[in-house]
Amino acid sequence: MSYSKPKFKTTYGNFINGKFVDPIGGAYFENTSPIDKSLIAKYPRSQKEDVELALDAANKAKEAWGNTSVTERAALLNKVADIIEANLEEFALVETCDNGKPIRETLNADIPLAVDHWRYFAACIRAEEGSATELDANTLSMNIKEPLGVVGQIIPWNFPLLMLSWKLPPALATGNCVVLKPAEQTPSSATLLMEKIADVFPPGVINIIHGFGPEAGKPIASSSRVDKVAFTGETTTGQLIMQYASKNLNPVTMELGGKSPNIFFNSVMDADDAFLDKAIEGAVLFAFNQGEVCTCPSRILVQEAIYDKFMERVLERTKAIVQNNPYDTSCMVGAQASNDQYEKIQSYIKIGEEEGAKVLCGGEANKEGDLANGYFIKPTILEGHNKMRVFQEEIFGPVVCVAKFKDEAEALEIANDTLYGLGAGVWTRDAHQLYQIPRAIKAGRVWVNCYHAYPAHAPFGGYKKSGFGRENHHMMMDHYRQTKNMLISYDKNKLGFF
Amino acid sequence: MERIAITQEAAKIVEQLKQKHGELIFHQSGGCCDGSAPMLFEKDDMYLDESDVFLGVVNNVNFYMNQDQFEYWKHTHLTIDITEGRGASFSLEIPLGLRFIIRSRLLSPEEETFFNKK
Repeated sequence: MSYSKPKFKTTYGNFINGKFVDPIGGAYFENTSPIDKSLIAKYPRSQKEDVELALDAANKAKEAWGNTSVTERAALLNKVADIIEANLEEFALVETCDNGKPIRETLNADIPLAVDHWRYFAACIRAEEGSATELDANTLSMNIKEPLGVVGQIIPWNFPLLMLSWKLPPALATGNCVVLKPAEQTPSSATLLMEKIADVFPPGVINIIHGFGPEAGKPIASSSRVDKVAFTGETTTGQLIMQYASKNLNPVTMELGGKSPNIFFNSVMDADDAFLDKAIEGAVLFAFNQGEVCTCPSRILVQEAIYDKFMERVLERTKAIVQNNPYDTSCMVGAQASNDQYEKIQSYIKIGEEEGAKVLCGGEANKEGDLANGYFIKPTILEGHNKMRVFQEEIFGPVVCVAKFKDEAEALEIANDTLYGLGAGVWTRDAHQLYQIPRAIKAGRVWVNCYHAYPAHAPFGGYKKSGFGRENHHMMMDHYRQTKNMLISYDKNKLGFF
Repeated sequence: MERIAITQEAAKIVEQLKQKHGELIFHQSGGCCDGSAPMLFEKDDMYLDESDVFLGVVNNVNFYMNQDQFEYWKHTHLTIDITEGRGASFSLEIPLGLRFIIRSRLLSPEEETFFNKK
């Protein structure tokens, strides 16, 4: 089945104080589709003064919103989930058009998962309670969670609506107002969401500002009128945002890069069965979402004894990947999200070759037929060693680097020899390895005999230079809250000091 | 001998941004989404310390990289180039619809001796 490009208005505004408004300076940027470079629509090229308007609205709304009952807040989050679900196909099409990813994925992964995250946090906030401890017969310590106030959120372009749905629901559930900037490559699904839910929340609770990092992102991140900044993106920008936050003594959460190892032990090939089939797919998941995932399993490590046979199967499966029009439900790997990604990935393939890596498949752009107008890269496997730059730097494309290892010790040494610690995969039939290897890998999420699953209620976040904070889990709510401790004395008698 | 160079097209954009923002620095970023790209910031926007390695000067703009990352990059010669693109970072060229990118090659044996074996 094949879909076609959805319809858009010619121009969209920022969403501030419950309505769409034009940018004060009147400047817009053109947003294009990476599938064919065609124009999608114009979006505001916002500046500091637009951000200030959003901050005015959010600060005005925060007290009333923070005092709204959790019953009501949860009901509104559930309402958003219902609205997205009722319009699933429309959201999926807009996402595919804006990001370039296959419609198969937006229909079955991005949008349904986004729906679930709204429902999950609606449930969390209803089910939780504060705490009280009787410290002695006359003293009660009571902990009440309070919202921070106004939260700034800056999200990436790889899963536009899903990343928004990782960040907005926990902030809103806990009673905060939000100023959120979508990535300028993918402003469309956030805008569509605001069109659909414009009246759901009181004005000022959600504000969406479009524009570029230095012009619209920096004023959000550096404002003394936000109480917290949550960021998903790359390391240097993360470092800058933390600097700005340090001036305001604001908390931050950071979800940054990764260079995740995906480790296959000999026992994987003990039988040619459903599990082996799953493991081979697990290796080929490097191409999922065009490799534009912070946790992309971009380093395949295979134990010596099975290396040749296993890689033969992985190659065969990789070569069977269908790369065609992303609007076609048969498409498995779509377009890279932007021209600079497209160029960067090709440059990395070249660097790999120069460093001596062997191209086992792919290795170039895909310009077949109508793909020639878009940013398509053939799924690529590079064989080399872990000291190569292609093994150490996040390529953020459908490019995987593969190396072999002798034993558990060497597997761990290679796996942990990276600046990052976001994700990892471990594949084995050995019950001891199932537990011990994941425990020894320095990463926030280790998938064991699976990969690329992101269910709500499994905390997700980084070790090392991959950041800190844990999303997708009720513990995220504490990243958006203060603890008010009331220390209450029931003793009628004075201390006797004065 | 230099570790780092810049193309004429990229140099033109650096000059243009200097007119607008004053003194600048380049910092090579790490991974994810918009990572692995040279980012251009106003000179005092980013705190630098001993964990940032100074690689050289292009168009009177100092170029730095984090020490951890430099360990993997010390065998490469870098050329800053510019391409059309959209980035989500705070780098100053982004509003122009352009992106700085790094083109790199391995150091020649002479360069390798000069930079890494002295």
